Amino acid sequence: MNLHEYQARDILRRHGIPVPPGEVASTPAEAGAIAARFGGRVVVKAQVHAGGRGKAGGVKLAKTAAEAEAHAKAILGMTIKGLTVQKVLIAPTAEIASESYVGIIVDRASQRPVLMVSPAGGIDIEEVAAKTPEKIHRLAVDPRYGLLSHQAMALGFKLYSDVKQARAAADIMQKLYGAFYAVGGSLTEINPLVTTADGSVQALDAKIVVDDNELERRPDIAALRDTSAEAREEVAAREAGLTFIKLEGNVGCCVNGAGLAMATMDLVKYYGGEPANFLDIGGSSNPQKVVSALRIITSDPHVKAILFNVFAGITRADDVANGIVQATREFSVKVPMVIRLIGTNEAIAVEILKKAGFPALTDMDGAVKQAVAKATGKAA
Amino acid sequence: MSIFIDHSTKLVVQGITGRDGSFHAKQMMAYGTKVVAGVTPGKGGQRFEDAVPVFNTVAEAVHATQANTSVIYVPAAVAASAIFEAADSGIELIICITEGIPVLDMTRALPYVHERGARLIGPNCPGLISPGKSKVGIIPGSICQPGRIGLVSRSGTLTYEIIHQLSTNGFGQSSCVGIGGDPLIGTNFIHCLAAFAADPETEAIVMIGEIGGTDEQQAAEFVKEKVKKPVVGFIAGQTAPPGRRMGHAGAIISGSSGTAAEKIAAFEKAGISVMKRPLDVVPLLKERL
Repeated sequence: MNLHEYQARDILRRHGIPVPPGEVASTPAEAGAIAARFGGRVVVKAQVHAGGRGKAGGVKLAKTAAEAEAHAKAILGMTIKGLTVQKVLIAPTAEIASESYVGIIVDRASQRPVLMVSPAGGIDIEEVAAKTPEKIHRLAVDPRYGLLSHQAMALGFKLYSDVKQARAAADIMQKLYGAFYAVGGSLTEINPLVTTADGSVQALDAKIVVDDNELERRPDIAALRDTSAEAREEVAAREAGLTFIKLEGNVGCCVNGAGLAMATMDLVKYYGGEPANFLDIGGSSNPQKVVSALRIITSDPHVKAILFNVFAGITRADDVANGIVQATREFSVKVPMVIRLIGTNEAIAVEILKKAGFPALTDMDGAVKQAVAKATGKAA
Repeated sequence: MSIFIDHSTKLVVQGITGRDGSFHAKQMMAYGTKVVAGVTPGKGGQRFEDAVPVFNTVAEAVHATQANTSVIYVPAAVAASAIFEAADSGIELIICITEGIPVLDMTRALPYVHERGARLIGPNCPGLISPGKSKVGIIPGSICQPGRIGLVSRSGTLTYEIIHQLSTNGFGQSSCVGIGGDPLIGTNFIHCLAAFAADPETEAIVMIGEIGGTDEQQAAEFVKEKVKKPVVGFIAGQTAPPGRRMGHAGAIISGSSGTAAEKIAAFEKAGISVMKRPLDVVPLLKERL
């Protein structure tokens, strides 16, 4: 789960990291009032889960409260990478002497949290990694001891030659490491970490991505979820206990298991079609999940055919069949369905479908070919 | 032969009285796996299915039954704790089926397991099976056949699909191992490839990877340098968009890294025959054997 910049800044502040002031507004009038309190010279920043906000026109400087209000009016409601801006952050502009980068991720290869720092801050760290990898310094942290002071200090000196600033940066890194574990992060990032005209070190912009698996035990973090910043179908799918990702094609896919779901999408493409979505109905047997899945898939007007691919193991094929039949009773499915079922309780499932007038296939390739043909209007 | 589990496997089921644990304990017993103990705190002294003694702790279960392998079916919130407990009790092989364990829990559990000399398979995996000998986890025994193909995969149902292709075309399996779809796992492709390479009864290896991370690329290097047996591979997620988690927590293209294209290229460079479709596994194996 992504947090907004203003939420990430709040979390860092609570962990004792120096963050310059800033407040969030959802209307131009609010933005103007906040800007007036800050003396008028502010930056207005779109709060959306997308990078490249500046390039998209979502970050603007203002010299007066009136100008801030006008910027907020332009930014609120604008679309950045398909996401509508609902909130803006208003922060006083500061004299910036230098910009660095500090981030923590879990590294898959070393299986440890890894601290990454770079004196080349303020830009996309992937770009730095690609163009000037020598400017990124990494440290794999032993989670039993955490980020030790001397380690943090050594990294601090990679950013600043001034001992006071290096010490301040080291302190920020240790607090950021604490915040990483406290929120259950998969990424916590300060970009840029700045030095101001008076020499102080501050976290100007922050990004936090929380591991979805942490949310159940961290209701305070889960409450920060902004569903207005996510695609509608994906919110509905999550609430129904499904994993759904919308794509651009016209073959709706309903599969059990993530690997098989990906392989099914790939096979749709292999036979000349385009998948409309990734959808994993998960391992549990529950006809209601299938009903929800069909409701979500059919809500996409681009879908011209629906493909079921179920290899029943824990999931029972008869539960899936019952779900399909139940769904067609609850609402009309206007596009053709191609159903492939195999495994646990397959025979019962085929019988259920036959009674309701649906043929069932057992071969994955044959089913995918048929679904592609139906979606493109060609014969299989 | 087979890898990791066989007739000598003595299994303790952590969470044996739960919904998933009880269902799969029965399935494993029916398959012939030696289920010697179960653990559910507070239910020590009971018997599961009138046959398997239940203990309050893994240590008690190991002491009484000499269990050497454990399988974990407990909820995600307490699954890391179950891994710590198994490792602390002298279990040599721990298989964690549970999906949804926070990654930061695994940053602590993995070194703990490693330091005690134990092997963890998973988490978020279907477990493993050595057909005709033992099955630990949730892979349906009915689709497997004893034989000479070793299979290792990050997936669950996609693995069943490939096993189904193998079994129905006369290719039995020595062992099938699901290593799990999470970003941090205890046993990776290389561990399994090394075990299959050393297993005299495994003739060829099938490996099924997916987008995310660099495990497959490192495995390809390993195949090139160390594995003399034929290897056939598949990568799922060629149509996956970057930056999105495709169901598995570990199946994500980060920036431009972890794509299907780079993994397929690594496979080809290492001399691994790459399937375009799951059903290509049989013709490719025939070609290589």
